[in-house]
Amino acid sequence: MTRVVIAMSGGVDSSVAAALLVRQGYDVIGLMLRLWGEPTADQRFNRCCTPDALAQARRVAAQLGIPFYALDAQDLFKARIVDFFVDSYAAGLTPNPCLECNRHIRWTYLLDQARDLGADYLATGHYARVETPDGPSGRGYRLRKAVDTHKDQSYVLSVLGQAQLRQALFPLGHLTKPEVRALARELELPVADRPESQDLCFLADGDYRRFLREHAPTVLKPGPIMRRDGTIVGEHQGLALYTVGQRKGIGLSTREPLYVLELRPVDNALVVGGADELGRDRLVAQRVHWVAGEPPMGPIRVEVKIRYKAAPQPAIVNALPAGRAAVLFDGRLRDITAGQAAVFYAGDDCLGGGIISREPYPTTTAAASDS
Amino acid sequence: MSGIYLDYAATTPVDPRVLAAMLPYFTTEFGNPSSVHRHGQRADHALETARATLASVLGCAPRDVLFTSGGSESDNLALRGLALAAREGRGANHIVSTPVEHEAIRATCHQLRDHFGFELTEVAVDAHGQVSAAAIAAALRPDTAVATVIYGNNEIGTINPIAEIAAVARARGVPLHTDAVQAAGQLPLAVGELGVASLALGAHKAYGPKGIGALYLDSGFGLLPTQTGGSHERGLRAGTPNIPLIVGLAEALRIAAAERDEHNAHQRRLRDRLIAGVLGTIPDSRLTGHPMDRLPNHASFALRGVDGNALLMHLDLAGIAASSGSACKTGDPRPSDVLLACGLSPEWALGSLRLTVGRATTDADVDTVLARLPALVARLRERAQQPERQLASGS
Repeated sequence: MTRVVIAMSGGVDSSVAAALLVRQGYDVIGLMLRLWGEPTADQRFNRCCTPDALAQARRVAAQLGIPFYALDAQDLFKARIVDFFVDSYAAGLTPNPCLECNRHIRWTYLLDQARDLGADYLATGHYARVETPDGPSGRGYRLRKAVDTHKDQSYVLSVLGQAQLRQALFPLGHLTKPEVRALARELELPVADRPESQDLCFLADGDYRRFLREHAPTVLKPGPIMRRDGTIVGEHQGLALYTVGQRKGIGLSTREPLYVLELRPVDNALVVGGADELGRDRLVAQRVHWVAGEPPMGPIRVEVKIRYKAAPQPAIVNALPAGRAAVLFDGRLRDITAGQAAVFYAGDDCLGGGIISREPYPTTTAAASDS
Repeated sequence: MSGIYLDYAATTPVDPRVLAAMLPYFTTEFGNPSSVHRHGQRADHALETARATLASVLGCAPRDVLFTSGGSESDNLALRGLALAAREGRGANHIVSTPVEHEAIRATCHQLRDHFGFELTEVAVDAHGQVSAAAIAAALRPDTAVATVIYGNNEIGTINPIAEIAAVARARGVPLHTDAVQAAGQLPLAVGELGVASLALGAHKAYGPKGIGALYLDSGFGLLPTQTGGSHERGLRAGTPNIPLIVGLAEALRIAAAERDEHNAHQRRLRDRLIAGVLGTIPDSRLTGHPMDRLPNHASFALRGVDGNALLMHLDLAGIAASSGSACKTGDPRPSDVLLACGLSPEWALGSLRLTVGRATTDADVDTVLARLPALVARLRERAQQPERQLASGS
């Protein structure tokens, strides 16, 4: 019998996913990872795995007649995700911890735990699809957008490679959220949503600025606010408190509305400018990962998402040496943000992605490719 | 459920004889013992017969036996009731306890300290988690309201010298309460010999039903009730008595006392096989609790560098139900206070494993566990060395 480990949160998505796997005849085991959560006066729970969530997942598992266990990953999560989150802000980057969690926790640590339990697959309640190769000649495993594009989570799964996709199941990838809710009602499963992947689950209250002030005050160094020409127009309270494209809350009273153009850690400057100065049409991504296992030959035309919730934008991507890629958009984008992921799509196929860097765009991509 | 159950310290199945004794009281004999009519009279008779049965197991007068909803309630009632009565009667304001008590005792002590203004002294235990009479004697004060020491420890199996400790307390006029929930069914419960002022027990660790317990209370000591209402249980614990469960409790403990030598010999032998097997085949393993003075069914270990919680999961999927000692289903590895009190470092304490055998455990069960455990522990240790194995080779 094929054994599947399902990552359960107690919420509607993973509960329905678990139920579907049971219905499909798999030998299903439910797991929940206990992740690090910010300590507060009376508790220290990650919002992904509160005692309530755990109890809920246990009840669902019992209802489905599958075993369920909670495993500790607090130290690993703290080191790999929380520390990374703080370090990124210290470096003037705006990180996406969900993506890193999928990379290091779910699809590395949890997948290994599942393999240890003799599982053939690891399943999650993510909205995405895996396409298996259709023949020996065919391409490898493909990661595809969910049928429900509003719920699609392939962005945070873009870090998966062939080894992971071979063992990945996303039972909800073919369903819409309303269908999932209907199934939950039909199966008498919980219908409440748990925090989704855009949430910073380890924060006590979701306020990352407060978290940095309290837990990483050294990250927040006041510095100059300046125009592109170097004119100093004010003082900021720490680059980590700002994001590219932001207008409100900069603390400037100018007649012309000013936007955050750039966080520049090299001189701890917050660069601002008018709406006309906002936006770029190119970026260089680092730590680039290709779902297929290797970069494409030559430039490819793709659509690129520069944030989890951003609309895909047409662009040309050139793979560069050392796990980098140059992305040239057809038009200007206002909020290209270093630290976020640029994820590449060909239609519904997620080809991979990388972390947006501050590296200058190569003068010619051909030259960069040669170097 | 099939498989091997080695968690009898968590709970036991109800003995079919106990179930048979209980069944009529759910249906045909459903009366309320407080009623005037004959339904009530028959229920009252069942209640008082059960009380007399339990009294004979405890070697006390029936009037000194109170029925409660379980061991935890008995602990709460005794500790809070004795402490508050002693404060009222003689201005006593101090409680003596130990770091190896069950949560029902520890949390009650902490509440009495934090919300009722009692002073609390927790005496030290030795490396086996054993409490000495001398340590208790040194902690007793003229204003000590109550002292409390667990009889047989749930987590590490250590038996405490309750008779010696009670003698010390009694000589100083201090009531000693003991939590005998884990000991009930395995150890002698003759309260005259133990010399305690109160003793808490439950049914479900002794092949009786859950949700029922009893408290022995020496009527020489005052007790302020914490649940008030009717005049049930001499006005010390209000609430219509749960006759079927009370009948089940009495029958379970009667059987346990009558068959104790036979069951204990069986369990002790299997326990000792487990202890010898684990310590002999698993490197960096040690016994927790006392090597001699331990509950007959109780084997507990610390395995260095092993995630105890993960071990339980793997054992369960291999068909072996075990425990880490302190029930933790949340996956949050906090080293147990009991093991820390015994002087274990967290590196050892996080790898706790409790294997408790029962009447139905067989040599074949023990063989299976001993055959599977070493390889499983080795694999988990290997895993702990490299939590992100795949990262090195993967993307």
